[in-house]
Order: sequence, then C-alpha cells, then structure tokens
Amino acid sequence: MSIELKHVNYVYSQGTAFQHTALQDVSLKIQDHEFVALVGHTGCGKSTLVQHLNGLLKPTSGQVLINGEDIHGEHTNRKALRQRVGLVFQYPEYQLFEESVEKDIAFGPKNMGLPEDEIHRRVIAAMEMVHLDPARLAAVNPFELSGGQMRRVAIAGILAMQPEILVMDEPAAGLDPQGRDAILGIIRDLHQTGTTIIMVSHAMDDIADLATRIVVMNHGQIAMDGTPREVFCRADVMREAGLEITEAARLAGTLRERGLPVPEDIYTQEEIRDAILRLWKEKVHAQ
Amino acid sequence: MKTERIRTEQVGFTYEEAKHPVLEDVSLKIHEGEFVAILGHNGSGKSTLAKLLNALYLPEKGDVFVCDMNTRDDQHLWDIRRNAGMIFQNPDNQIVATVVREDVAFGLENLGVEHDEMVRRVDEALNSVGMTDYADASPHTLSGGQKQRVAIAGVLAMEPRIIIADESTSMLDPLGRAEVMNTVRGLNRDKGISVVWITHYMEEAAMADRVIVVSDGKIELEGTPRQVFQQVDKLRKLHLDVPHMTALAAELREQGIPISDQVLTVDEMAEEVLRLVCPSN
Amino acid sequence: MLNNITLGQYYPVDSLVHRLDPRIKIVLTIVTLVAVFLVGTLAGYALILAFCLLVARLSNVPVRMLLKGIKPLRFILILTFFLNLFFTSGTELVHVGFVIITREGLRQAIHFSLRLVFLVMTTSLMTLTTSPIQLSDGMEMLFSPLKVIHFPAHELAMMMSIALRFIPTLMEETDKIMKAQKARGADFESGNLIQRAKSMIPLLVPLFVSAFRRAGDLALAMESRCYHGGEHRTRLRVLRITRMDYLACVAVAVLLALVILESRFIPKGLIL
Repeated sequence: MSIELKHVNYVYSQGTAFQHTALQDVSLKIQDHEFVALVGHTGCGKSTLVQHLNGLLKPTSGQVLINGEDIHGEHTNRKALRQRVGLVFQYPEYQLFEESVEKDIAFGPKNMGLPEDEIHRRVIAAMEMVHLDPARLAAVNPFELSGGQMRRVAIAGILAMQPEILVMDEPAAGLDPQGRDAILGIIRDLHQTGTTIIMVSHAMDDIADLATRIVVMNHGQIAMDGTPREVFCRADVMREAGLEITEAARLAGTLRERGLPVPEDIYTQEEIRDAILRLWKEKVHAQ
Repeated sequence: MKTERIRTEQVGFTYEEAKHPVLEDVSLKIHEGEFVAILGHNGSGKSTLAKLLNALYLPEKGDVFVCDMNTRDDQHLWDIRRNAGMIFQNPDNQIVATVVREDVAFGLENLGVEHDEMVRRVDEALNSVGMTDYADASPHTLSGGQKQRVAIAGVLAMEPRIIIADESTSMLDPLGRAEVMNTVRGLNRDKGISVVWITHYMEEAAMADRVIVVSDGKIELEGTPRQVFQQVDKLRKLHLDVPHMTALAAELREQGIPISDQVLTVDEMAEEVLRLVCPSN
Repeated sequence: MLNNITLGQYYPVDSLVHRLDPRIKIVLTIVTLVAVFLVGTLAGYALILAFCLLVARLSNVPVRMLLKGIKPLRFILILTFFLNLFFTSGTELVHVGFVIITREGLRQAIHFSLRLVFLVMTTSLMTLTTSPIQLSDGMEMLFSPLKVIHFPAHELAMMMSIALRFIPTLMEETDKIMKAQKARGADFESGNLIQRAKSMIPLLVPLFVSAFRRAGDLALAMESRCYHGGEHRTRLRVLRITRMDYLACVAVAVLLALVILESRFIPKGLIL
C-alpha cells in the first residue's frame, strides 16, 4: 500500500490574524515496507504532516492519495482508509480510558464493527506484539501499569486495527533507556513483519539504527529526502534544519578534517570503529 | 572544604500502598556551587529523592538537611523550600499565573516580599533566564523550553542556594533541552547556585561535576562523569545508556588499541585517534 | 493554534476605562444598575443611554460589541415585551378581538424591556473592559472584609486564576485526545443523543485523568514555592486608586443624581 502527498499546502486559521502556513508544497511518496523517519525541529510541520496521512487534517490545497485513491475524494470511505493507516500520537498513554487493558485495546476493532471473537483474537495478538502477557495483564486496569507499559497498551490499541501503515509521533519520548529500547524493539519487529513505518523522532541514533529513509523537514517544506547514509553525511543541511547528525558521523567528519583518510559516508558506530581499526592496523604495519 | 548545602543521612522511604521501599539507606552530600547529576531509570527512586530534598516528602528513616536545617523541622519549612528551589518535569503543570511576570512573582508573593523588592527580583530573574521579552506573555503561548525557563526564573526570584531539577528536560525536544540545560549551567557557574540535576539522559549527566547513579533505591555508583561512565558493563546492567564515544573506546580497547578509557566526547575521541594513528607519534 | 482564544467578553485594548481599578468598576457598575431601576420615564433611559455611549466611546470598544451582548437575549426581550403588553390590566388603549392593550401594559412593557437592555449593556461595559483576572482580583479585594466570617475570598480568586491559566491547556488537550480517538475510529458526530453522549466517554475519561494529574502536579509545584494560603501574602499586582477612578465615581454619582431628580420631578405618564 503506497501513500502519496501531492503538492500539499496547509494553512492554520486561514483568514485570521493568526494565519500560519504549516506545510508548503509538500510532495512525498512512501512505498510498501519502507521505514521512513520524519525529522525536524519543533514547529517545522512534522506533526501537521503526520495528521494528513490518515485524513485527520484536510490539505488547504493539494492531495493525499492512498493506493492512488484521494483520501478526501467524494466517494472515498474515509473511515475505512483511516483503519489502514494507524496513527500513534505523542504520549499515546494519555488517551487510555477503559477499565481494563483488553477493553481499551478493543476500542479500535470495535469501532470497525468486527465480530466479538475476531476482536478478542486481535486484542491477544496485539498484546503479544507489544510484549504484554495477555494471561496476566488483559484484565488489569491500564492506569495501574507503569508509564512504559501504558504506552505499549496504547500502541497495541492501534495495532489491533491491523494497519498496513503505522505512523508514530515520537514513540519513545520521555521514556528511560530501557523503556525506549523496548518500544524501538517492537517497532523494528513490526517493520520486519511487513508493516510500513513512518516515525517522527528527534533521536538521530535511534533513526540511524532503524530507518531505511529519512525525510528532513524545515519551515514546512521538505529540506532533504534520502537514505540515512545520504542524509547523515550532509551535516550542513541538517544543521540548518536545527538537527544533529550521529556522533559517529561527527567523529568521521572531524577526523577527515584533520587529514585522516576516513570514508565520507560513515554514520554508524560499527563503521567508524572499523575505520579506526583499519587506520590503526595500517600504522602498525608501517612501523 | 566548601560549605555543605544538602546532606542526607541513611534516608529510607516507602510509599503508603507499596510493599518495598523506594529508597534505602541513601547518604549523600551536595556542596556549595556543585553541579551533581542523579542518574537512574524510571522507578529507581530518583524522583522521590528529589522531593525529599525540599521537604515535599519527609523521610521515613534517616534525616535530610538543607543548609543545615532538618526537613523534619516544621519551623524551617519555608526557609528550606526557599533555599532549595525545585523545577519539575511537566512544563505546563508548574506555571500558576496567567502572565509570565506574575508567575515568576508567585513564590515571592507567598513569602510576603514587599512590592518594590518583588518587582526588582522578578525583573532580575527574568533577565537571568533570558525571558525579559516575554514578561507580559501568556504561558500557553510559550514553547516547552521557554516555559521551563519561566519556572526556573520563578525559583530564582526566591534567591535559592540550590536548584533541584526533577527530569526537567524529559518532555522537551533537543533544542529545548539544550536551552534549559544551558540556563541552569549558567546559573551554577555565574551565581554559584548548587544544582541537583535528576535525569535519565546520560548526555546531560556527562556535563555534571559529579554523577550519582541510583538504582532500586540505592546509590550504585558515584564519581566524576569519567569515573562513572568508564564502567560500561555495570551501567548497561543498570539499564542505562553509556556515552557513544566511551562505548566506542571500550570496543577499540577490546580490539587491542591502547585508547584511553576516559573518553566522553567526540572531540576527545578525535584527539585520541589522532594521537594513536598519526605517523609522527 | 489556540493563541487566539479570548476568555469571556474581554475586549483587549487600552483605554481610560480599561485602566480603572476593577474594584471601582464593579462598584460603579452596581450603582449604575441601581440607577437603571430607579428610572421613571423615557427621559431617564435617554440619560442612561447617553452615559453608556459615552463610556463605550471612552473605552475604545465598538458599539457593535455592546449590541452583541444583547443579541442572545432577543427572544427573552420580545417575550418580556409582549407578555407585559398583553397581560397587564388597566385603562384600555386598544381593543381588537381578544387582544387588549392597556396604557399600563404599554408602559410596563417598555420599562421592563429597556431595563433588561440596560442591565446587559452596563454589565457588558464592565466585562468588555475588565480582564477576567482583574475581575477576580477586584472581587477578592471587595470580599476580603468577609474573611472574618471565613468567606474564602482568596481561595476563590486563586481558583479563578488557575482555571483561567489552564483553560487554553485543556482545550489543546481536548483537541489532541479527540484526534487520537478519531484515529481509533471513534465517531463524535453521528448517532442519536444517547449514542453521542456515550461516544464522549473516550474523550472525557482521559481529559479528567489528565486534569487530575495536572492538579496533583500543580499542587506540589505550588507547595514547593512556599504557597500556604492567603495569609501574609503580598501581591505583585497591586490595585491603586488613581484620579481617574475618582473622576469615574463623580461621573456615576452625577448620573445617579440626575436619575433620582428625573424620577422625582418628571411626573409619570408625561413621557411614559
């Protein structure tokens, strides 16, 4: 399932003194099985863009197409489309409301009008996907869980709708390293089992680990779009967008500036480690 | 020897409904002008510790002293809270007033500070955090980092000796985090205010004078950032991050490169690599 | 996106009227309301109208803003007018079929409707020129003598202030939760009344949970900044009575005097 934005513009509070252009001529096509990281500083338009992907916001002009079908078209079943694009907001645990984990996760599938046994099956499957033990936790009040667990319940609530594309706005925000690793592990698994992932994040190291493609936003426009390797070696563009590159890429850049023969496209810890090892071995050989 | 600002003596604390204590036998000292990071994962007890440091909670066992006043001593309650100002996690939930200037004045109003003095201190505090231009703004129009700076100004106006920041950057984006961190660092450097910086971000702890690692209610590690972060395996066992460059140095050492285990930053790593591989050496 | 919400009716411009002490404004509004009820003839209402227009002019609030306050009341106004017109007994003026209009009825209809109009107009003038926070400040000060009988003047004002502070935050939050639940297929718009009320649960529960969490956080933050109620508290915002306040008092006193003279000396029925 592909998702495509064609010349999308979005203006908040149009026609008032508070008018503000959040998206400006954004065109983007995301294919099946991609893992796209959407990066940019606060206010660059990422969150607005994300809300266009399942029709929560309607572009002021331009089109959003899912499998070639206009999401705001006259004959489009928007509710059905919304189910195929799952959207997990920032701090999703704040939207839990049911008295048990199971009921909360079932909310989405229930709204889809699925039969009871199918709902139950999906709830169990979703809980397993986020590593929550159904036997132990299904009947528990979600408000009694830890922050990291509550977030996983909220994510399961979206997964139970079995979306083909999963859009996540900073899924690891505010979690400690352990909670963050748990969530990112879940997302990695989902990607590997075939879900297309679009993830907003500020953590460049997480992105370097996971993403197959990075879209950099700045001032409501796409500033850069490419593989992590292409994006992380452009420290200049990233800096202009108010973003950092990975420490490995920074180290590689510094070493290159100081005259060492380090490849230009290094951005992961392993790559820089191997490059330094190579330099070291060459030196030992020379002596 | 520098003056002691905070001292906890074998402090223990258990929440009412909980089976296990969140803090056990925690003894620590914070001195004048020190910047101490308390690092720990969620549920390690670090936030409880923060709330014990300005008498929001009272210890179940042991004692907490703030500027030599015991937090159990009712008489000194306002003095303790004025001296140990606290900044919380959620930027929205600690701003009381509808105008920035008035929020900064809130603590002073409570202390009964006289009007002209109040105006002077509010202006000065706003200036110190670089928010003078927003004095008449509504808090809800500010960014997260700006809101936290307003909260810092509110604490600063009370002229505290210690600032306790309880995960004050965890809800901010990287720019906001840097903004808040730099503001507090500046106050520590320029005004000599002691800082207790509670966080689960290793990068922030790396900037402190001293790091105290808390896990399961106990102090597990303590020392300068270099001393603490070189214990890569132990930190990983405590579910904490290790600085990338320190981890890289450890990997390189495993491969037989004699690289220092004191490396924390990219620049330090670059210097080390240059020292080792440049033909001139 | 929600920066543009204004609370209540407040019209945020600067003017002589805006700068008046809120305590004085509250008291003067009450005095003006008394004057409205003392009016005996149309001449008196003309006086009040002139006064309102003058204040509106001085306050830089467009007159259409004043009229806006009356708009929601138009049905009540019409009802008041016709009820009084048709159902007051007295000297018959018109008698068509079963409709009887009396002289007293006509008089009462006009009086009651005009009173209602001026009631709204005068209070609007106050709320248009006084921010909610100033209003609550003014109320706190006016009620503070009642503290001796344990009237919680400070607490009420503090509650008001915190509510004003958090309304924009909670509005933003409502918007966010609503979108999040929509993403889970929630439908807030269709269905009958019961279904719609039920569909609000996924919105209201998280909103309440969040409001309580915020309240808990805020209480801790306030305590840590030495909050301990209204005693021995000083204020950054001090209310000062200035020459303009005295002038305003004089103006309203003159209005009241004129209205009293009017009600005494112009015989009722002469100009209605």
